[in-house]
Amino acid sequence: MSKLTQDDIERRDRMGLLARATPTRLAELFPEIPAHALLRAPEAGAVMVRGRVGASGGPFNLGEMTVTRCSVRLEGGAVGHAYVQGRDKSHALRAAALDALGVAGSELVAPVLGALRAEEAARHTERAEKAAATKVEFFTMVRGEDQ
Amino acid sequence: MYVATKGGERAIDAAHDWLAEARRGDPAIPELSVAQIREQMSLAVNRVMAEGSLYDPDLAALAIKQARGDLIEAIFLIRAYRTTLPRFGASLPVETGAMAITRRISATFKDVPGGQVLGPTFDYTHRLLDFKLAAEGEVQQAGRKPADDQPAPHVLALLDRDGLMEPLAPSAAVPGDLTREPLEMPADRPLRLQALSRGDEGFVLSMAYSTQRGYGRTHAFVGELRIGSCAVEMEIPELGFSVEIGTVELSECETVNQFTGSKTEPAQFTRGYGLVFGQNERKSISMSLVDRALRWEELGEEDTGAPAQDAEFVLYHCDNIQATGFLEHIKLPHYVDFQSELELIRRLRKAAGASEREAAE
Repeated sequence: MSKLTQDDIERRDRMGLLARATPTRLAELFPEIPAHALLRAPEAGAVMVRGRVGASGGPFNLGEMTVTRCSVRLEGGAVGHAYVQGRDKSHALRAAALDALGVAGSELVAPVLGALRAEEAARHTERAEKAAATKVEFFTMVRGEDQ
Repeated sequence: MYVATKGGERAIDAAHDWLAEARRGDPAIPELSVAQIREQMSLAVNRVMAEGSLYDPDLAALAIKQARGDLIEAIFLIRAYRTTLPRFGASLPVETGAMAITRRISATFKDVPGGQVLGPTFDYTHRLLDFKLAAEGEVQQAGRKPADDQPAPHVLALLDRDGLMEPLAPSAAVPGDLTREPLEMPADRPLRLQALSRGDEGFVLSMAYSTQRGYGRTHAFVGELRIGSCAVEMEIPELGFSVEIGTVELSECETVNQFTGSKTEPAQFTRGYGLVFGQNERKSISMSLVDRALRWEELGEEDTGAPAQDAEFVLYHCDNIQATGFLEHIKLPHYVDFQSELELIRRLRKAAGASEREAAE
């Protein structure tokens, strides 16, 4: 991978958040899709997910996941792409439109991403806290010969 | 030999209608929604995703509903569906070390960095039927504790650091894909892992169990079992860099096994590896035992003739869709084949009868 610009780094973050969002939540946060031309209509397909042999060795093919992709151009000319998990076409379309708005520097994007980021962080915390509650705290009984 | 026969259409239509009615069961009982299956039969959903080799909980839940809970039939539906999807590419290898952990245990070390996390496990339940579940009631809430964000590195990496673990050869080679090329022997380890990960849980479990009972002993310890979610990242051709396209729940098992080494090289532990979609603990442990057993040749071990050491046997019989397809086809019409058998047996009996008569005369 070549060196990423600041814009690329923001875009990775944006596209990742949009891909991991649920279609329902994204539709709530961003109901109106702006006028656009479809460069690639939403299309459902599969991506082969790879693992590593022994967790850190060479790659192997684990199995596929469903992914929907879409590319749009907004009226101002900005182009947006989306590759999102699942088969929801409106999810991919919304994500591509928001990516294009992000490229165009629109202020519509930040509130959506901010909400998604906060909700994702809350889900992570919830899982981590439940996991922490089931963490084993061993205590070792002192035996005579150890003293 | 097969010949086309006609005349079954009406019977088939009626059979389909009855199937639909039977699937619904008693209409006085509320119908199951796909979302209910996805949320409340989640381990069945996970198994269908793992063996269907397609991560999509909604589709797996739908397949389970359509298949009336027959999981192999549901896996069949998923396998058939996935062939209709265009392949957009392959992900970067998932980094299971960065997994958001739901469960993580080690049977080899008590104190591991990141701790032992039990997660939502059946392990310490008493396996007594819980009749409270038969009545609607309040759901027990999971406890919470502040998380310390302590990293949980792979346990085997600790042994690796001390040189006690067999090293893993790094490789950037594009791994073979048995969904694209027919599986041929000898199959390298990446291909074997792909086949085992989508293999039948019962078959892989029994193979693993056979190694524990002495058919190809591997002396496995569960160095680590971890379950949780991992981000999936893919290079986006339009952009020239990689982006996260989603997350998957995974179960990973690494076993520590007895030694390799020689007069010149010091003894080292050897590895078995299992990685499976979803919370699929039994399958991931089984997979890592079978993976280890299949490595006998590269580790310079003796071929004891154990079934779990026979890659051809294991890999060509672990796929339940291939197995059920071949098995169940024998119930389809074989009228002409059987006719020739009938003729043959009549001829044999006639010949035997004739020789008996000759002997009697």
